[in-house]
Formats: sequence, structure tokens, C-alpha cells
Amino acid sequence: METLLAITIGVIFSASVYLFLSRDLPRILLGFILLGAGTNLAILLVGRIGSLKPALIDTADGMLGAGAANPLPQALILTAIVIGFGLAAFALMLALQTWRRFGTLEAEDLTEAERIDPPTLSSDESHPGAKA
Amino acid sequence: MPAQFLLVAPLMVPLFCAAIAAIFWRRPLAQRLVSVVGATVLLGASLVLLDRVRDGTILVAQMGNWPAPFGITIVVDILAAVMLVITAVMALTVAIYSMGPGHQARDHAGFHPLLQGLLLGVCGSFITGDLFNLYVWFEVMLISSFGLLVLDRTREQLDGGIRYVVLNLIGTTLFLGAVAMLYGVTGTLNMADLALVVPQVENQGLVTAIALLLLVSFGAKAAVFPLFNWLPASYHTASMPVVAIFAALLTKVGVYAIFRVYTLIFSHDNGMLGPVFWFLAVTTMVFGVLGAAAHYDVRKILSFHIISQIGYMLIGMALMTPLALAGSILYVVHHIIVKANLFLLAGAIRQHGGSFALARLGGLWRTVPLLGVLFLIPALSLAGVPPLSGFWGKLAVIRASLEVEAYVLAAAALAVGLLTLYSMIKIWNEAFWKAEPLAAPPSGWSRGERVATYAPIVGLACITLIIGLHTEPFAALSFSAAEQLLGRDAYIQAVLGVPAAAPGATP
Repeated sequence: METLLAITIGVIFSASVYLFLSRDLPRILLGFILLGAGTNLAILLVGRIGSLKPALIDTADGMLGAGAANPLPQALILTAIVIGFGLAAFALMLALQTWRRFGTLEAEDLTEAERIDPPTLSSDESHPGAKA
Repeated sequence: MPAQFLLVAPLMVPLFCAAIAAIFWRRPLAQRLVSVVGATVLLGASLVLLDRVRDGTILVAQMGNWPAPFGITIVVDILAAVMLVITAVMALTVAIYSMGPGHQARDHAGFHPLLQGLLLGVCGSFITGDLFNLYVWFEVMLISSFGLLVLDRTREQLDGGIRYVVLNLIGTTLFLGAVAMLYGVTGTLNMADLALVVPQVENQGLVTAIALLLLVSFGAKAAVFPLFNWLPASYHTASMPVVAIFAALLTKVGVYAIFRVYTLIFSHDNGMLGPVFWFLAVTTMVFGVLGAAAHYDVRKILSFHIISQIGYMLIGMALMTPLALAGSILYVVHHIIVKANLFLLAGAIRQHGGSFALARLGGLWRTVPLLGVLFLIPALSLAGVPPLSGFWGKLAVIRASLEVEAYVLAAAALAVGLLTLYSMIKIWNEAFWKAEPLAAPPSGWSRGERVATYAPIVGLACITLIIGLHTEPFAALSFSAAEQLLGRDAYIQAVLGVPAAAPGATP
């Protein structure tokens, strides 16, 4: 089971890296969502799987029963899922807004931020005192 | 217990301020008041904390009264307290500066709640003693910074925002993956506990791999050499108060995480990691400063200089001597103040000269000489000209490099300092000294906006001068912080030692 899960995580990670290499923004965001899913699975795996007994505390003795599943990875994953959802929602809204304003989501066409920096000083700067 | 309330104050103050500012969504005046009052309270609380830990005590609070390795621990030592104070100073500065030109649009887009959210994430990252909790604070910081970056929703901000968002999302997910693996190897996430467990792990190769994976994610956050491209691609698009607080705090959170994790958890691995930091310090310094030399937009030049300065901070990690680490810490403090001030000045330059592009600026020395003087203080300090604050940090790291005969590090640090001076003089010559290329557009700003712009600039310039001319207490504090980082047993003892007595561990 561990091996199978490890291979699954590997496949998910490779798929997300493949998507990151794309120039298309929605694909990159899908890659991020996949990466998050893979990481969550990894947390589950490193918390040692195998036990099917839910991590519930019996009120009688106030202790976690023997052989119960590790509750910590579940708490961590829950947190990570919520955070990942929020970030993905923001990123998708950003992509939507960009699509509305630019009409494209190709990385090559999104160059607005680079354009505002002229590569050199304009030629008349060679005579600094000219207009003084 | 008051000590515990004090410890969570850096979290509660921004959290409440964010909520209150969001409630006053349509009332900009109330929001500004909340921001300024919140920052002042935060500054007061941080100063009290710094005063309590100055003698070497480490304040610890266990959240929800869970004993140390199981619950989330809040830890404040000297380094954390120093970072909190400087964060609060920046919060106050930017809260005032944001009332300058363009404030209507900012206030209506939710600048103040987002600023407080950012502060919450930053403060949380500084005082947490739990690795997963650090991830959570990173994300709090990140989502607020996303909102701040695209505050004006201009085309260039959307474009810059995409670059920033995508690269940072990947960086923090990698961090989460590294945390997961560390948990798998050690079974704990508490940093003090990790410090005890990690050296005993059988598979040390795996530990080194995790350490490097963490370094990749922190490095992406701190804009270290191969992973800095998101910074100059996005920072220049944001509005000036936003980019000032970004430049001051965001990358430094990454640097702080590196300081904390690699002195506490992976300190036994320094034989292997030292050369890595050594390489990263040199390349980050050199590539950052060369990038700055190639640009002619004030914001771009300053953005690249953030990167090159990160290199200086890594020298402390490369050498791991008390002097080098103290120099790095002093450098962080100096850099936060100076760099934020330069971005605030860039906003003022834009307001007077009508542009950020050096080609379209000029003659400011004749029209606003005060701005010129105020620019020279942080600019020369950034380059490390002697009486100013940057000199002392540089002196310490270079001296530390020479002491261990790391001549390449010292030479790189000196050469980069020279190139920094070149960049600053370039801005000075073009924006202040040369003749006006065009008649400057009338800067239509009210008296209040002028005060809001100049007051923070003057304030930060004064702090730079104080650190420069009266270095002794700052240097002494950096030394104690560095020694505390290197002598990690006190930290471990404070967190794990006697949990019951820990919350009240005040002098």
C-alpha cells in the first residue's frame, strides 16, 4: 500500500511539473492544485498509514485507543486543504481578471510589467547641461 | 498570565485591527486610524517584549496549554523581538505614508485590512516555534501580499501579480512537502524538539536532502540567487507604500526562517550546508547588484538591490561565527529601514518629477533640495559609506570573513558595495543632478499628503543616522542575538525544559 501511494504521489508530482512547464496560465494553476493534492497525500503517507481505526478518544479512559490512526496528519492536511483552496480561488480570480483585461492567458503575451522599464537612457542624456 | 498575553500581542493586535478595519470598509478615515493606532500598540508591545528578553531570557507560551512538543509553541528570543520591533516600526511608517498621494483609491480597495493581515503573517512567522505553524503564517502573509500587490488592478499589476503568485505558490507548497518529509523522519514538528531529534536520525542523507528542500523554499521566499526572478518581475508594479512594506519585510521573513531553522534544527549539518550558503551568498550579491546596474527605472534598481543585500545576510549563515551572524542580524535591521525608506523616497521622487524612469527625471536637486539630502542618507547607507548604518553591518561581515580567511566572500562583499554605490550615484546623477528633461509636471498634492509623505521618510532617515552614529547598543544587541542563536541549548531548554514554569519565565 505504501509503495502504491508513493508511486501515485510521484505520478501526481510529475504531472504537476509537466503542467508548470506550460505557457498557459490555467494549466499552470491546475499544476499548482495537483501539487497541493500530491503534497497532502505525502503528508498522509509520512504519518504512517495502515490503521483503519478512527482516531477518536474514548470518554471512559480519556486516551487514544491502541492502534488508532495517527490524527496529526489529518489535522495538518485539513489545514493545508483549506489554505490551498483559498490560494487557488485567489489565483483563479486573478487569471479571470487577467483574461478580461488582456484577452489572453499565454505567458508570452503577458509582458505589460516588463514594458515600463525603458532599456536605456534616452539619447539626449549625453548632454546633461543642454537645457539648464 | 500577563506574560502570555504579552507574547500573543503581536498576533492579536494585527488580527483585531484587520477585523476592525474590514468592518469600517466604507470609512477610510476610521480605517487609517485603526492602522496607525494598531501599529503604535504593536510597537509598544514589541518594545516591552524586547526589554524582557534583552538579558537573554527566552519567553515561551504554549498555546491552549498543550505541553511543548504536542501543541503550538510561541517563542520570543532576542532575534524574534528585534524583528518584531522593526516590523512594528515599518507598520507605523507605512500606515502614515499610505495617507499620501493616491490614498483614496488605496483606502477603497482595502489597503488597511490587507496591511494588517500581512503584519499578522509576518509577526506570526517571527514568533512561532512550530514548523507547520510557520507554513500557516507564510500563507497568511502570502494571501495578504497577493491582495496588496494587485491593489490598483492596473494591467501591469495583474501581469506582475501573476508572476509573483505562481512562483510563491510553488515555493510554499514545496515548503509544505519538506515539512511533511521532516515529520515522516522525526515524528515531530516542534522546532526545539526537532533540534533534539534530527541529529539522532539514522538516515542522515535524507535529513540533508530535507534541509536542502527547505533551503529551496526559504530561498525562493528570500529571493536568493537562482530563485529571485519573481521579485524584480513584480515589485515595481505595486504602489509605493505596498512595495515599501514588501521590500522591508517579505524577503526578510525568508532570511529569518533560514537563520532560525539552520541554526536550530540543522546546525549539526553545517559542514555540508556552509559551502552551499557560501556559494549562495556570493552569487546572490553579485547577480543582484549587476541586475541593478543594468536598469534605469528607480523601482527596478531598488528591487534588484534587495536581492544583492540578501547575499550579505547569508554571509552569517555561511561562516556561522558569532561575529558573522551578529553582522548579518545588524545588516537585516539596517537593511529593512534603509530599503523601505528608499522606496518611500522613490514615491516622493515620482510625485515631484512625474516619473520613475531616470531618463524622464532631472533637476530635483534644484527644485527640492530637501529630497536630495533625504535621499542621500539611505542611499549612502545602503552602499556602506562609513558613518552610516550600512557600514557597520558590512564591516562586521567582512571582518568575520577575513577572520576565517574566506577572502572570496570578503572581496565579493567589498566589490558589491562599490557597485551599490555606483547604482545609487546613478540615481542621484540622473534624478537630482542633471538638468530637467522636461518642465516637471505640477505636483498637485495637498499639505496633508505632503506631510504624510515626508514624515515617515524623515523618521526613517533619523533611525538610519542613529544606528550609524550610535551603533554600540545595536551592535551589542546583535551580538547577544547571534550568541543566543548559536547556543541553541537555551532555546531548547526554554521550550521543552520545564513546561509548567515556562509561561512565567520572566526575570
